Amino acid sequence: MIVLVDLSYREGSLAREEFVLPIAAILNAEGSEYRIVHHTRSPGEAARECDGIILCGTPVMDNGFLETPQSFSWIAETDLPVLGICAGMEILALLAGGRVVSGPEIGMTEVRVTAGDPVVPAIRSFEAYELHENACTLPPGFVTLAESDRCIQMFRDPVRPVYGVMFHPEVRNEWVVGRFVSAFCRPSR
Amino acid sequence: MRLGVLCSGGKDSIYSCGMAMEREDVACLITVHAENEESYLFHTPNIGLVRLQAEAAALPLVETVSAGNKEEELADLGRALDIARDRHGIAGVVTGAILSVYQASRIQRLCRDRSLWCFNPLWHTGQEAYLRALIGNGYDVLVSGVFSAPFDESWLGRRIDARALELLIHYAEKYRITLTGEGGEYETFVRDAPFFRKRIEVVRAETAYRNYRGIYRITDARLVDK
Repeated sequence: MIVLVDLSYREGSLAREEFVLPIAAILNAEGSEYRIVHHTRSPGEAARECDGIILCGTPVMDNGFLETPQSFSWIAETDLPVLGICAGMEILALLAGGRVVSGPEIGMTEVRVTAGDPVVPAIRSFEAYELHENACTLPPGFVTLAESDRCIQMFRDPVRPVYGVMFHPEVRNEWVVGRFVSAFCRPSR
Repeated sequence: MRLGVLCSGGKDSIYSCGMAMEREDVACLITVHAENEESYLFHTPNIGLVRLQAEAAALPLVETVSAGNKEEELADLGRALDIARDRHGIAGVVTGAILSVYQASRIQRLCRDRSLWCFNPLWHTGQEAYLRALIGNGYDVLVSGVFSAPFDESWLGRRIDARALELLIHYAEKYRITLTGEGGEYETFVRDAPFFRKRIEVVRAETAYRNYRGIYRITDARLVDK
């Protein structure tokens, strides 16, 4: 069971269809069960009984989640695998001592792989769909796995299976979710 | 949140409008008339009838005209968004984009430049489930244009019902069309939706068809009670 955390401005908003359900569809295709929890609904409690956590993206204008970073402290305390997508990556960066800075990108962009990792295929570069206003600096000790001309596109915690990805994997890069789940979220704990 | 819905008159934008109306405050429909039938961004068959759809839904309509040239289309759409914001106080925009990165990223940029929210509630939706929901929820949708094999002339003006959907599923498997037509294989026009207060009756229409390309052009239509 994977917990999908909806980081958008309101539970049940239109952003759920755009940023959460496409990730749920990838999990469904992978044969993984999931549960969607809005970030205001104690997702840390739901995550106690799951195998992994995915923090989903938000609309470009939706950055309200940045106002209460302390409400995500449960992520720093869990030993579960975590994948943060776009807004989710920003939360992971803040929790680990990185910063969120301006770095808008919209549309298809070339992403270069900079380090080998179980979640990243052995390719030099790929095209990815970007939809973000902000970017992240690298938290101390973290490893950059991929980057575009504009910003860090993937990073990971050096020890725990905690990954951030700035592009949107539902567009042509579903492998991000699939490889994360295969590598760290199975078999059931 | 007050939203404007980009509306081509086709199923995806009207269905997205219905989704938006359930959760937010839809303040207007926004449409751009492309004079060029090969428009990159804007669906063209029967787009003049969006006015009737807006009236059926009791929503104001913001209309602008575009020559339909590739890059100028964006400026024309931006002008429509500016008018919608000034006239109706919208804070965001809804589109019916499903898979088109070309369409979605351009509209996302226009919205960002104006500090407008952008929502694509059908983004990467399960296409078959979406079409089943469209039919099951009472959307009355006609095929208003076909632009690829294997669509024959009988599809022009055909209602998308359960039988049509089964054929579309077969075409998607055998001919690799996009099930929802977002690859430009077919276009649609919505005659009725759950949130329409009246439905649209097609009084007269004409068809033109040749080599898997055809248009169902509605030349006369009116609103009638439901």
